[in-house]
Amino acid sequence: MSTAITRDYTPGFYEGDRPKLVTSRFEYEDSYTLERYLSTGGYDGLKKALEMGPEAMSGEVKASTLLGRGGAGFPAGVKWGFTPQGVWPRYLVVNGDESEPGTYKDRLLMERDPHQLIEGCLIACYAAGLSQCFLYVRGEMAVAHERLADALNDGYEAGYIGKNIMGTDFSVDVILHWGAGAYVVGEETALIESLEGERGMPRLKPPYFPAAIGLYGQPTIVNNVETLANLPFIAANGSAAFTAIGTETSPGTRMVAISGHVKRPGVYEIVNGTTTFRDIIYGNEFCQGIRDDNDLKAFVPGGGSAPWFVSDQLDIPFEGREASAAGSMLGSGAVMVMDSMTDIPEAALTLTRFYAHESCGKCVPCREGGTWLLRILERICSGHGTDADLDQILEVGQSICPGEMPHAASERIGLDATPFPYKMTTICFVGPSAYAPLHSALTLFRDEFEAKVVPAPKRISIPVAVAGS
Amino acid sequence: MSRLTDHNVALAREIIVRYPRKKSALIPLLHLSQEQNGYVTDEAMRHLAELLNLTPAEVLGTATFYEMFKFEPVGTYVINVCQTMSCALLGAGKLMHHAEEALGIKAGSTTDDGLFTLEPAECQAACTGAPTLQVNYRHRYNVTTDAFDALIDDLRSGALSSEIPPHGTLGRNRQQIPADKFVGAPDPDDVSEGPAWVPVSSPANAMEDKS
Repeated sequence: MSTAITRDYTPGFYEGDRPKLVTSRFEYEDSYTLERYLSTGGYDGLKKALEMGPEAMSGEVKASTLLGRGGAGFPAGVKWGFTPQGVWPRYLVVNGDESEPGTYKDRLLMERDPHQLIEGCLIACYAAGLSQCFLYVRGEMAVAHERLADALNDGYEAGYIGKNIMGTDFSVDVILHWGAGAYVVGEETALIESLEGERGMPRLKPPYFPAAIGLYGQPTIVNNVETLANLPFIAANGSAAFTAIGTETSPGTRMVAISGHVKRPGVYEIVNGTTTFRDIIYGNEFCQGIRDDNDLKAFVPGGGSAPWFVSDQLDIPFEGREASAAGSMLGSGAVMVMDSMTDIPEAALTLTRFYAHESCGKCVPCREGGTWLLRILERICSGHGTDADLDQILEVGQSICPGEMPHAASERIGLDATPFPYKMTTICFVGPSAYAPLHSALTLFRDEFEAKVVPAPKRISIPVAVAGS
Repeated sequence: MSRLTDHNVALAREIIVRYPRKKSALIPLLHLSQEQNGYVTDEAMRHLAELLNLTPAEVLGTATFYEMFKFEPVGTYVINVCQTMSCALLGAGKLMHHAEEALGIKAGSTTDDGLFTLEPAECQAACTGAPTLQVNYRHRYNVTTDAFDALIDDLRSGALSSEIPPHGTLGRNRQQIPADKFVGAPDPDDVSEGPAWVPVSSPANAMEDKS
């Protein structure tokens, strides 16, 4: 029996006639309980995994070519394979520190279907030989904490977690860990630092690739919540059922959060690789168009860090390589839509403020550059900027991301695309993220920035009488 | 009484044994102390240092990195109004302005009655319900100025006290691991062999394919 969705916890989750791999239980009011989970195929994937053995299970994950859903889009099975031989113990760290602007999927997965995530963790631990699992959940998600704590308590009680799971020799603890508010901790090495009780600052890669030198210096797999939530489906139905959905390079589905100036903002599970941005923004089963039927001005295709797209890019499918070629990235699967009423410099300011604020301070270009960009942009938006400030933005940006910057093509101003990615002078992506969206906004909408600035004052030479003349 | 109470020390010890190394428990214990006192006191940090074999400076060093830890008393209800892009596009600035007027304080400060602290916040992962705010990290979606006023009335009258605990309490429940089901968290230096379910000869022990 399906009941209405509690709007309190999932505003804007809409059902549709699409494959549902990770949101299949969202229609139930009690989707987060163990009873509901068990009555809808819960822990069947784990059962299958335990029957087929760890090698076969990790083979299935590799065959599924499941791509990481956190932002980088790296194949999960390959990531697991990077762990060095014969080094024990190994850990699983679940990255539930979702805080990329616009992103809003992991919180739903944790609040609405915590057991699915836990089952995914257990399958990963079993397949990759990981002896302890830490569920690092963003501190600001109080409801997710409560739901996960209940789910873990029920799971331990029922024998799905802990010693001798389902009567086998597979034993693993899943520990719920609270974050405390820091965006940069979403970066995997910073996440590990934070889990060790330190300030959450990223580590240098190499040598600190978590798969080799991670938590306590041991091999550690760090996976995103949505990535792990896909594992129960893959274990229960096999990799072929997973790759049958989506495209060869981007199999399965993706959860995409669409917000901003659309009629029906929401989180949608879309078919990976084939659904286009036009489908998502204008499609009847998705957002149904722009508010007040305004024109589209620009949109963020993949979380606050991504360079912007304009209407020229609407027909690009939600697929990593295509998005890169067009000058941006899909990142964490968050689309933010700006209509024709949007003040572009003001919109860019909200993102630059975010990244400047969230810099951990480890790398100079990010710590100083982000704040510098913010000050320039604030000056421009308050009407005190000069045209020299626009070039200053590009100059400061060059010290964070040297060389050519990716941006989208625009017919309006006769601009061709520069493909993703960029070069960077910082350890992690917080620094470049302060600049990349701003750079693309400035490139695509320079006219709007120019309208806000005055000409820089010219130096005036005053003729001076020379002695003897 | 800002050291941890005996009850909380017992809870702290339960949390500490879940981690292979003690320092990992620091952030959860800081939350615990904040739950007890409403904010993180100097005494509590000294106490945590004792419990975890750290120096008080190490505790302070970690604690000050994270925004959720407060080092001065804050209101019973901490209201975070999101200011990042999706909310900003849909009126977060106006909402913040209204909140300041309604509460009679500037963002970043606390009302005289000690009930409300107002803070600007960054993305709260609720972008499709913009503009959003959180009260003690519990979301409110599509917040109009009228809805904000109604929320403040409800908080004042205690109508929401069962749903929203006072600041510091992150979850109203906790993870509890039954002793007979707990596998344990040995220090990695004391572990040299793979887990029981991974056959020693198995390629999983080596994870062969490194492509």
